Amino acid sequence: MSHAAELPLIVAVLVGLLVLTGAVLTLIGSLGLVRLGDFYERLHAPTLGTSFGMACVLLGSVLFFSVQKGRPVVHEVLIGLLVVTTTPVTLMLLGRAALHRDRQEGNRRVPASARPTRQPRAP
Amino acid sequence: MSRFLPHPVISAALLVMWLLLNQTVSPGPVLVGLVLALLGGWALAVLRPGRPRLARFGAVLRLTRAVLVDIARSNITVAGLILGRSKTRRSGFLRIQLRLRNPQALAVLACILTAAPGTAWVEFDAEEGWLLLHVLDLIDEESWARMICDRYEEPLMEIFP
Repeated sequence: MSHAAELPLIVAVLVGLLVLTGAVLTLIGSLGLVRLGDFYERLHAPTLGTSFGMACVLLGSVLFFSVQKGRPVVHEVLIGLLVVTTTPVTLMLLGRAALHRDRQEGNRRVPASARPTRQPRAP
Repeated sequence: MSRFLPHPVISAALLVMWLLLNQTVSPGPVLVGLVLALLGGWALAVLRPGRPRLARFGAVLRLTRAVLVDIARSNITVAGLILGRSKTRRSGFLRIQLRLRNPQALAVLACILTAAPGTAWVEFDAEEGWLLLHVLDLIDEESWARMICDRYEEPLMEIFP
């Protein structure tokens, strides 16, 4: 980070834009945790940060270090790969835990099973 | 494949990952990476017999492109939904009957649907293939179901025959 000033202007602007976009997307995702209504809705909010929020920050990082070191630096790709494959597991676990709890409590707003039931659902 | 190298693709991927992490191709890390790749392949062979057969490289590319486009689009949509103040938005559960049964293909589909903002994989009924999703912006159930079948399920069935 110490040689950030030596970066060409166009690269610096691009890196700045990418990192800022990623940060803003992640922030909006975090805001969603506060603003959205119930647990299942809130499940969607953090994926902003783990999909394109993350991708923008990683692209910025790849660009910055590749230009600064004068060779391709791509090991950030690994972060992306690991985040993409592990977040769904956590989210699914949380979603299923919530569903299990709601069913135990007899909450009528969650479906009783993945199969459609004969009874008409509440409008 | 052979007893020595049961999962060549996985082992190769592990080796590449190790070298990327170390950011070098000097002999020491390569040797450690090779040992790691072999151990990883053996461990997988012990865990699960049978290898996924990946066919149709073109279909993989097409699916990847569709997923990237959809994730970008749904990022913008969901960001708008979070910031907006609309009271008309309706979220809810959605059932889709899938023809897909291959476990690896289902795992990929779960990753895609959960990674994309706006859809979350909640439950899957393996016997009859019913998938329970939670959708943040459930305007038109029919179009969601068609979108998932056409854009993801079809190519996945091609890729994992």
